Amino acid sequence: MTPSLQVMEYHLVNYRRTWRASVLSSLVLPLLTMLGFGVGVGAYVTGGVEGVDYLPWMVPGLIASTAVQGAIGESTWPVLSSFEWVKTYFAQSAAPLRVADILGGHLAFMLFRVLTSVMAFLLVAALFGALRSPWALAVLPIALLLALAVAAPVAAYTASVSTDMYLAILIRFAVLPMSLFSGVFFPIESLPEVLRWVAFVLPLWHGVDLCRAATLGIDPGPGAVWQALYLVAWGVAGWFLAHWRYRGRLVI
Amino acid sequence: MNSLIHARGLIKRFEGFTAVDGIDVDVRAGEAFGFLGPNGAGKSSTMRMIGCVSPPTDGVLRILGMDPRRDGPRIRARLGVCPQLDNLDPELTVRENLTTYARFFGIPRRVARARADELLDFVQLSERADSRVEPLSGGMKRRLTIARALVNEPDLVLLDEPTTGLDPQARHLVWERLFRLKQQGVTLVLTTHYMDEAEQLCDRLVVMDGGRIVAEGSPRALIETHSTREVVELRFPTDDQSGYADKLAGIGDRAEVLPDRILLYVGDGDDALAEVHRRSLSPASALVRRSSLEDVFLHLTGRTLVD
Repeated sequence: MTPSLQVMEYHLVNYRRTWRASVLSSLVLPLLTMLGFGVGVGAYVTGGVEGVDYLPWMVPGLIASTAVQGAIGESTWPVLSSFEWVKTYFAQSAAPLRVADILGGHLAFMLFRVLTSVMAFLLVAALFGALRSPWALAVLPIALLLALAVAAPVAAYTASVSTDMYLAILIRFAVLPMSLFSGVFFPIESLPEVLRWVAFVLPLWHGVDLCRAATLGIDPGPGAVWQALYLVAWGVAGWFLAHWRYRGRLVI
Repeated sequence: MNSLIHARGLIKRFEGFTAVDGIDVDVRAGEAFGFLGPNGAGKSSTMRMIGCVSPPTDGVLRILGMDPRRDGPRIRARLGVCPQLDNLDPELTVRENLTTYARFFGIPRRVARARADELLDFVQLSERADSRVEPLSGGMKRRLTIARALVNEPDLVLLDEPTTGLDPQARHLVWERLFRLKQQGVTLVLTTHYMDEAEQLCDRLVVMDGGRIVAEGSPRALIETHSTREVVELRFPTDDQSGYADKLAGIGDRAEVLPDRILLYVGDGDDALAEVHRRSLSPASALVRRSSLEDVFLHLTGRTLVD
């Protein structure tokens, strides 16, 4: 555990150079999206969605989507750079760290980044009156779980490629469809059966669904447990995959 | 066991080829030990096994009396590693590169900061402590990498081609710092393909070629064993030097014909040169010099270019 914290500390020191800009953007981005989608698009969705005004309905989806964007941002280029360009991981593996420490410390930092941007988003959403229940705080652990479910397998993917061309492919063919078809902007019931399965299989929709129940204060029922467990499964499988891929690259 | 590094029949195989093909090595405390060899000789693979980041395929390897397969982190805690390619963090400051790295060894922050200042002083980078690493020159980066390798006060420092790519001033500064470490009793293990580096720094070295050790000893002993005391370099005013080889037969231990000159390996260069003149041969230029490690190296590993 401690060695992972030492690795996380390194990433935090590194982050210290850019944190002001990053905090600013994690406040401005939700503000803009909330204005653009919630207020702008919301004006056309006069009947609301599922009996809820569009803005409060959509905000939890955007929060979950922000968590995923952040997780992917941190588990793609920074990971590739640690292998290929700056070679941070190789410097770390010469120290008394194990592969699990190097991976765990970096993932912990990714989750920290996601946590801060989700907190910023919650704050902005609260100011817009878009949170309907104190259960909204449950969004924080849900977002962390969702971020792990995405960051771990994506880190495994990144550790398996050698150029960032493959990262662009991932964004285009996996992340973009996932963001569109996971009930962030409209209920997945509007989707044809096939695309609905995209939502069921990938992690984001489960996170969106859980966040939505939390900020609207709706009882999600026992299905929520299964959704949470499904995200845990993505996270655990992702961890083992990533550990295997990291090991293959660091211990040769 | 007194050896810091003890290897017997050490083998590293990758898919389809054998990088290290059964080597025996012992490095004692306080020694400066060198791995010499052309590119692809297996030096770096050996260093990575010693650094406990690359598990041996076969054979015995003990580092500081421990087994790298089992005790990797415990061994690495007492090693300092200066890799061939700098992997400093270009965005961090010079000092932060040392303090964050020190934390990986569980060194408390305050101690890390004090040690960073000492080490920056040692590698003459104190004035750059707060500047970012990216704009530093190659020599400065290498010195910082060496400082980083010392941050845990290691028992054993591994340097993979410590001065490759540096200009002469920077090389000499690095050598001088490494020499001081050696005087302080730090055990150094380095790879190099610079003969002058090996002669300057190494008490003992092995020459590797094709994954095997082809010679072992002190620089002086290697020269005595594998070369003659002196070398006479003769250039004849012709495009084809080989025509003169027969005429030189019998002078010295052996002759080597190169495209532009002939090397005579001899005990006494002046005697040999006198004999050359007695045979009425008149080279355009003649140079008598002492045998160097480079002669040994080229003799043992050949002159064929390895890329």
